[in-house]
Amino acid sequence: MPSISRDEVAHLARLARLAATDDELDLFAGQLDTILNAVAQVGEVSQQDVPPTSHAVPLTNVFREDVVRPCLTQQQALSGAPSAEEGRFRVPRILGEEQ
Amino acid sequence: MTAVAEVMDYDEVLERFDPVLGLEVHVELNTNTKMFCGCANVFGGEPNTHVCPVCLGMPGALPAVNGKAVESAMRIGLALNCEIAEWCRFARKNYFYPDMPKNFQTSQYDEPIAFNGYLDVELDDGSIFRVDIERAHMEEDTGKSLHVGGATGRIHGADYSLLDYNRAGVPLIEIVTKPLVGTGARAPEVARAYVAALRDLLRGLDVSDVRMDQGSLRCDANVSLMAKDATEFGTRTETKNVNSLRSVERAVRYEMTRHAAVLVGGGKIKQETRHFDESTATTRAGRTKETAEDYRYFPEPDLVPIAPSREWVAELKAGLPQPPWVRRKRLQEEWGLSDAELRDLVNADALDLVAATVDAGAKSDDARSWWVSYLSQQAKTLNKELAELPITPAQVARVSALVADGSLTNKLARAVVDGVLAGEGEPDAVVEARGLKVVSDDSALTAAVDEALAAQPDVAEKIRSGKVAAAGAIVGAVMKATKGSADAKRVRELIIERCS
Repeated sequence: MPSISRDEVAHLARLARLAATDDELDLFAGQLDTILNAVAQVGEVSQQDVPPTSHAVPLTNVFREDVVRPCLTQQQALSGAPSAEEGRFRVPRILGEEQ
Repeated sequence: MTAVAEVMDYDEVLERFDPVLGLEVHVELNTNTKMFCGCANVFGGEPNTHVCPVCLGMPGALPAVNGKAVESAMRIGLALNCEIAEWCRFARKNYFYPDMPKNFQTSQYDEPIAFNGYLDVELDDGSIFRVDIERAHMEEDTGKSLHVGGATGRIHGADYSLLDYNRAGVPLIEIVTKPLVGTGARAPEVARAYVAALRDLLRGLDVSDVRMDQGSLRCDANVSLMAKDATEFGTRTETKNVNSLRSVERAVRYEMTRHAAVLVGGGKIKQETRHFDESTATTRAGRTKETAEDYRYFPEPDLVPIAPSREWVAELKAGLPQPPWVRRKRLQEEWGLSDAELRDLVNADALDLVAATVDAGAKSDDARSWWVSYLSQQAKTLNKELAELPITPAQVARVSALVADGSLTNKLARAVVDGVLAGEGEPDAVVEARGLKVVSDDSALTAAVDEALAAQPDVAEKIRSGKVAAAGAIVGAVMKATKGSADAKRVRELIIERCS
C-alpha cells in the first residue's frame, strides 16, 4: 500500500495549478511515495511525548508595535506587474461563464 | 441567468422543518497598521498606495505580527466570554485566487486565540437568546477586485479583473457561532439581533469601526433545515454579501423558504456559497465550496506561536468596558428614560453621542433632544450617519449651555448649529460672526419696543387700555427689527412695562 496514491497526486497537482501528464503522474506518485516513506521513519523513533515541531526556535510572542511605516508608491507597487490598469493589477479572467 | 428559485410559504416551512443557523462574522480591526506589516490600515484611498512587499506577497518578504491586533483579538474573545488559548499558532490557508497575492491567507486553523464563549442576545420582545460562540480567530483581509467586461460586471463571464491590495492584510477577526438550534420562527430575528448585539459590543470595545456598509463588519449566514423527525442537521448553504442588519434577517428568511421548497420538491440542497442580492432580497449561487482539506492548512513557519500569559489575559479582562446593554440600563436610569425613549435613542445611533454630550456638561434631556431630533434631521438631509456630522458632542454641549443661560433662543441655537455644521468654527465663533446673541441689553430692547409702539399707535392704545393680547403684534415687530435675536418673553414684559 503506497503512502500516496496516483489520484492524490493528481488532486494535489490540480490544487497547485500544475499541469501534469499521465506519465508524470505515474513518475511523481512513485517518487513522492519514496520520499514519504523515508520521512515516515522519523515516526518510528519519536515517542508520544514528543510534540510535532513547527518552529525550530523556542520563541513565542514576537510582536510589532502598531506604528505606520512608509508604503510603496502606486508606481513602485505596480512596477513588477505584467499588466496594470487604473492603478490596479490586471489579472486574467478568474471564472468562466455562470453554469 | 438562473431562473428564480421556488420558495415555500414561511409558515409552512416552520410546520415541516426546524432551522439551524451558523453565523460567521468578520470584523476588521481599527488598528493603525495591517496585521503583518506596517502599512496604514485605512478605508479606501488611491488603489495600491497602502501596500508593501509583505502584503503584496513579494518573495522573501517576512511578516511581523501586530501586537495591538492580538490584544484586540483577546479583548473580543474575553468580551464574548471565551477562553483564551494558552498557546496558538497562525496557519496558512492555501488557495489560488488573485485577492491574496501570496496565494495563501495567513489565518488560524485548529488553534484559535479564543474559543468556547457565548453572547446573550436580547430579542425584540425582551427575551434573551444565548448564542454559543465556537471560536474567534485572527486572520487578514483580502484585496478588492473589480471585474471588467462581461454582461453583468460580476466575476462570471468577466473579461479580466483589476486588483487593489490596500485592504490585503488588514487585521480581521472571524467570530464563528456554534450551530444555533431551537430558534424556530425567530431564526431570522435571532440572526439580526446577534449581529446587532455583536456590533454594539465591538463598538464598546473600540476595536473596529463596525461599519457594515463599508465592510468593516461582514456577516456570512449559514442556514440549513432539519425535517421535524430528523436527528441530523441538513445540508447548509453559506450566504455572503449580507451588508446590513436588515439583510441578515432577510437572507436567513429567504434561504429557509428556498431550502424548504427544494427539499419538499424531492431535491437536495447543494453545499455552496450563495450571494445575497439586496435589491431582490434573494440569493444566488456562488462558487462551490472547496472542502477544508483542499486548503492544505499548515502552521505558518514565518511566525512564532502566541502564548498569552495568564497575567496579560487577566489584565485585559479587568480592563473590559461595561457591556453595552449594562451601560444602557445604567444610562436609562440616570437619565430617567422610558423603554421607548431609550429604544429611540439606540435606534437613532445616538446613545454614545448623547452620553458624550452629557459628559461635556449638557443636561441629558437637552442633549437627547438635539441629537434625536434636529441633528438626526440634518444627518438625514445630508445623507450621513449621525456620528459623521461635522459637529462634536462638546460643541452641542456648548450650544446647549448658551441656551440654558439665556444667551441664545432655541431658534438662534439652531442657527448656531447650522453654522458649526457648515464649517464656520466653534459655536462661540459662529455666534460672533453671525451676530446671533440674544439682545438682552434692556436699553437696546427698550428702544426697539418704543419704536415699534410709535409705529403702531393704535395697537399701543389698545395695550394701554388693558388689551394685553394685542402686544403680540408689537412683539412680532420687535423680533423682526432685531432679526429674531431678542428674547420674546422679555420683549413682552418690556411692552407691558412701557404701556403701563
